[in-house]
Amino acid sequence: MANPIIKAQGISKVYMLGQSDVSQRNFQESIRRAIAAPFRRLRELGGARTADQEFWALKDVSFRVDEGEVVGLIGRNGAGKSTLLKVLARITEPTEGRVELRGRVGALLEVGTGFHPELTGRENIFLNGAILGMKRAEIVREFDRIVDFAQIGRFLDTPVKRYSSGMYVRLAFAVAAHLEPEILIVDEVLAVGDAEFQRKCLGRMDELRSQAGRTIFLVSHNLEMIEALCTRCILLHEGRIVFDGKTVEALEKYRAYGGRAGEISIAATTRMQWQGIGNREDLRNVAGDGDLDFDLSFSVGDRDLDGVHIDVELVDSKGTSVTHSKSRFLRGGFSVKANSAITFRYTIRSPMLAPGPYYLIVYAYDPRGVLAWIEHIDACTISARSYFPAVDFIDEIKGTTVPHFHVELL
Amino acid sequence: MSQAREDSNNLVIIDSSGRIGGFISEMFDRRELLMILIWRDIKVRYKQTIFGVLWALLVPLLQTVIFTVIFGRFANIKPDGPYSYSVFVLAGLIPWTFFSQALTLGGQSLINQQHLLTKIYFPRVFVPAGAVGSCFVDFLVGLLMYAVILAFSGVVPPLGIIFLPGLVVLMMVASLGVTFLLAALTVTYRDFKYIIPFGVQVLMYASPIIYPSKLVPEKYRWLFGLNPMAGIIDGFRSAILGKPWDIDLIAVSSASAVLCFAVGVMYFRNTERRFADIA
Repeated sequence: MANPIIKAQGISKVYMLGQSDVSQRNFQESIRRAIAAPFRRLRELGGARTADQEFWALKDVSFRVDEGEVVGLIGRNGAGKSTLLKVLARITEPTEGRVELRGRVGALLEVGTGFHPELTGRENIFLNGAILGMKRAEIVREFDRIVDFAQIGRFLDTPVKRYSSGMYVRLAFAVAAHLEPEILIVDEVLAVGDAEFQRKCLGRMDELRSQAGRTIFLVSHNLEMIEALCTRCILLHEGRIVFDGKTVEALEKYRAYGGRAGEISIAATTRMQWQGIGNREDLRNVAGDGDLDFDLSFSVGDRDLDGVHIDVELVDSKGTSVTHSKSRFLRGGFSVKANSAITFRYTIRSPMLAPGPYYLIVYAYDPRGVLAWIEHIDACTISARSYFPAVDFIDEIKGTTVPHFHVELL
Repeated sequence: MSQAREDSNNLVIIDSSGRIGGFISEMFDRRELLMILIWRDIKVRYKQTIFGVLWALLVPLLQTVIFTVIFGRFANIKPDGPYSYSVFVLAGLIPWTFFSQALTLGGQSLINQQHLLTKIYFPRVFVPAGAVGSCFVDFLVGLLMYAVILAFSGVVPPLGIIFLPGLVVLMMVASLGVTFLLAALTVTYRDFKYIIPFGVQVLMYASPIIYPSKLVPEKYRWLFGLNPMAGIIDGFRSAILGKPWDIDLIAVSSASAVLCFAVGVMYFRNTERRFADIA
């Protein structure tokens, strides 16, 4: 193919960050600043720049996409995925660089953009459709299919403010699913909605690709979905493309990037510091019935510590705590030497977790108080295939664990 | 095949030049969206009201009653022709209500719909233009009902009524221009949230609504005309009630309206690319 449908050359996007640390101010200070604000703003108008900081959300991003390709965009939070989508969707303009798009772009960065709560389902279909870029005639043509897809039936003429959240999302999806642009840009939107509906939406995307030959650009944290839909992946890290190629390789690289970016350190003391999970590599895509072991590494400050305990909480993608284990349940505190590197091995035997990504919360303390407290550490992804090789990659598993079970007809 | 045609026609280039695609052609292409946005605004505005779109006339009518009592009776301001003060005031209030509503609703339209700006692309001018458009529908309803009132009170419009559409166009030009400017300014400077209602009030007294424009001294008439609504309202009275035309005043106001439009569109075009980042 001679001409790519998307051609991006050297896109960069810079944001100016205002003055920092809003959180640390006390009340008096806030009032003082609020009063001073008009004068500061007026000075800025006059050309005097206050010390703004530049933040490059995207730096020199170039790629091309051919017609009919389904490209996944992956990267940690803050890697620039959303910014890139916004540039492609023409919501924000790049600071540098240029994008050429050949064809109508449909962007789905949110479900139900422009839905008005006072309007009925029927009215919102037309409103939302028009905002997404459909022509009236198209909406009329697809109308029955949209209503059918959304399963809202007799609520069609009810204001959407009276809808349940499920109905609302279904209707919003239904409209979007019938958008047929040459280029479809989809953000994390599929993360909402129940499993059955998600599958329906995925099916629809697959249809768009295979039958209509549409080009799809997809962002998701759900790596299994990326794996199933995309032939190619672009991996972003701190605003730059670090890999662009086969999905399988991209996912491996993504895992290797080991994202300390996702970690949130709530408390880090000089007495003990978090170094990461030592055995991260082989913790990826864990089989559901295997053991989970994490090597949690720390460096100790310049004092010996006694009575150190460590707690580990495993959290699923919805933020629900799945397991919580405390070393104190098992034994007395550990003693560690000053200026040493230490590693705790936490083993959770065959937790039989439901498929999906999991995160760790690690909490270390001694009798004097907290030593380290880190949240949102990427722990592992439990692969669905390890349980049910025959079943679709996304299934309606509602629980958080998948016990050994048998079914027989008596 | 059709592929080649698409390649040449549908090419969209995004860069930092600030010009996102073909402006006019794109607006034409998406005109249905503008219609739907106007329809949405009207629908939502009169949802759960008893009088519905009748409010488009009720508000100026109630204002007329108040103004007639206060300014017609107490202050004893005389109309500029052989008609009652109420008829005189209402002729000014019909275009003024449109203008003030357009500025108020249109000026806030972008910040009230930030969620649209940051989530999807469409011609940004549709947001304020939609707000102005919905006010225009109200205006047409109000005008129609005003015609009925006039018919009942036996006022026969003069031949000059044929110029009314021209005045309406002028009124649209002025309103769109000012609204574009205010909407774009409000995105960056939220101060305009407070400035607009105040400014609208000031402008009302600077327009010949409760008083005839001949009350303004001859040598300041041009200054008076810089407010585009001054000439337009005066023109409405000439077209509907047969007051002698004040061509000079209308000329100054027309020039001012066109200037407002040009400035409004230019400022909007130059800032719209930043809306999503600021909003």
